[in-house]
Amino acid sequence: MSPANPSLLSAKSLNRSFGAVVAAADISIDIATGERLCLIGSNGAGKTTFVNMITGYLKPSAGQILLDGEDITALAPRQITHRGVARSFQIPQLCMHLTVLDNMLASLHCSRGHRSFFQSGHAPAAVAECLGLLERFDLARHASRPVMELPGGVRKLLDIAMALTGHPKLLMLDEPTSGVSAEEKFMTMDTVINAIDRGTQGRPVTVVFVEHDMDIVERYASRVIAFYSGRVIADDSPAVVLEDAEVQRYVTGSARATAGEAA
Amino acid sequence: MIAFSARRVSLVGALVFLVLLGLGLVLPKWLVFLSTIALSNGLVSLGIVLMMRCGAVPFGQGLVFAAGGYAAALLFNRLGITDVLALCLAGGVTAFLIALPFAPLLARYRGIFFAMLTLALSMVLYGILMKSDALGGSDGFNVTRPTLFGFKPQAAQSTLLLWGVTAGISCLMAALARVYCDSTRGLLSLAVRENELRVEYLGMSVVNLVAWNYLLAAFVGGLGGALSVLALGHIDPQFSYWTTSGEFVFVAILAGHQSVTAVFVSLLLLELVRSFSSAYFPNTWQLALGIFLLLVIRFLPDGLGSQMYRLLPQRTTKGDLP
Repeated sequence: MSPANPSLLSAKSLNRSFGAVVAAADISIDIATGERLCLIGSNGAGKTTFVNMITGYLKPSAGQILLDGEDITALAPRQITHRGVARSFQIPQLCMHLTVLDNMLASLHCSRGHRSFFQSGHAPAAVAECLGLLERFDLARHASRPVMELPGGVRKLLDIAMALTGHPKLLMLDEPTSGVSAEEKFMTMDTVINAIDRGTQGRPVTVVFVEHDMDIVERYASRVIAFYSGRVIADDSPAVVLEDAEVQRYVTGSARATAGEAA
Repeated sequence: MIAFSARRVSLVGALVFLVLLGLGLVLPKWLVFLSTIALSNGLVSLGIVLMMRCGAVPFGQGLVFAAGGYAAALLFNRLGITDVLALCLAGGVTAFLIALPFAPLLARYRGIFFAMLTLALSMVLYGILMKSDALGGSDGFNVTRPTLFGFKPQAAQSTLLLWGVTAGISCLMAALARVYCDSTRGLLSLAVRENELRVEYLGMSVVNLVAWNYLLAAFVGGLGGALSVLALGHIDPQFSYWTTSGEFVFVAILAGHQSVTAVFVSLLLLELVRSFSSAYFPNTWQLALGIFLLLVIRFLPDGLGSQMYRLLPQRTTKGDLP
């Protein structure tokens, strides 16, 4: 890593199995500050397991995870969150009966460690900050609606907006465009990336996202890691990884290669 | 979320307290006595509602009810402390301290496991109280009339004095509960009820939130126990029995988790149904009560509070009202 682009996160020889299924086999990945890293792979390749190990939901059976040089392998998810790692989920994890604003406020108080018995949960400053963040995601008009009334695409955006309330330095997005129609995928990703860039306040936010749509990968990733059967089979720029024979065989399929050749 | 502010809650609490005091002067003595018991029990149900807001329903609040009651009764009889406020505070603190070692363990469980564990604890206390001669055994023991700041009321004044103190403590606790529900912890409790996983991932300890709700519920439950024993003039292990805990849960389910006021409205409604049922269906009043609760669960699954909630102004996106 160059001094200008230091390593933010280092995963060293991570291993994890579920019975006979190997979800992570000696995974070693360094993620530099400011990167837009995309994880690709077929279902069960180990992408989400990697995200779950980084965020503390799963513990690796062997290996070490360093964040800014600190060993976070054994920490609980909330401790990892307080060190600057936030995530969104493939299936949005929201409070369905609360309003959009209440979801955001709950996220804000959680990420800032607010646990007052008396201070209002709807303090004007907190409300203004949440509305500002919702504005960046074009969600402010939904602020007073219960989440259960909202369509899937809006829920996806809210899930990501909630992850940003703690000003993370590493944001992990698990399939941010899954469940979103093909026409809306680029719009959704544009909204997400713009919202992240507008909220950095000069501090770069490193983004790791899991994605199946290779058009999204090509357009938004600065680096791609391909997983297959718990192993990393390619790690390079999108152009290089998507042309890799092993990646085309196990991940993207031959149809994409054929289409590329025809074009 | 309904718009409340601490100032508005305080004003409403003070106003309700004055109205209740006035009612105590004009209502018949038997009704004042029944209302004192009802408000005391309502405090325990208020604690359960705080727990329900984070998705856990304790079936063993008889534990803290009895702890508060026995603490007040023992201090009265053994140490000669007769001041009603001191006894209530002692009841609340004792219940809090008894709940303290169990709170971190209980906070890791939900649903039927949480309910059964709390029930088991209350029944363990019941067993201990039944076998303990020092605590009066199965017969329990009596307490006489308490004092207030050195004032010892006559028999006729005692009911009114206890009513005033009970109404005051109930209004204070209801107002504090409302402020708590509107606080950051109150909001996070609702988030825990909806999605624990996300709350943990956002950086908050779910166990801490649930444990504190349990401890607060224990404190108000202990206050209720102390007030009950002073109003009844007697305590026995029945305070910790599972049917006693069940009645508190009935009221909490009837009220729902959205409104503090609904707890006391529900209590009044339940007492009315119970009184009329026992008067008109003396042999089958439990059946009438059961049908009433079934109807509530069928048509008001979120309790009476959900209907009161709809009638009140909703919070705007501008934050707290002044």
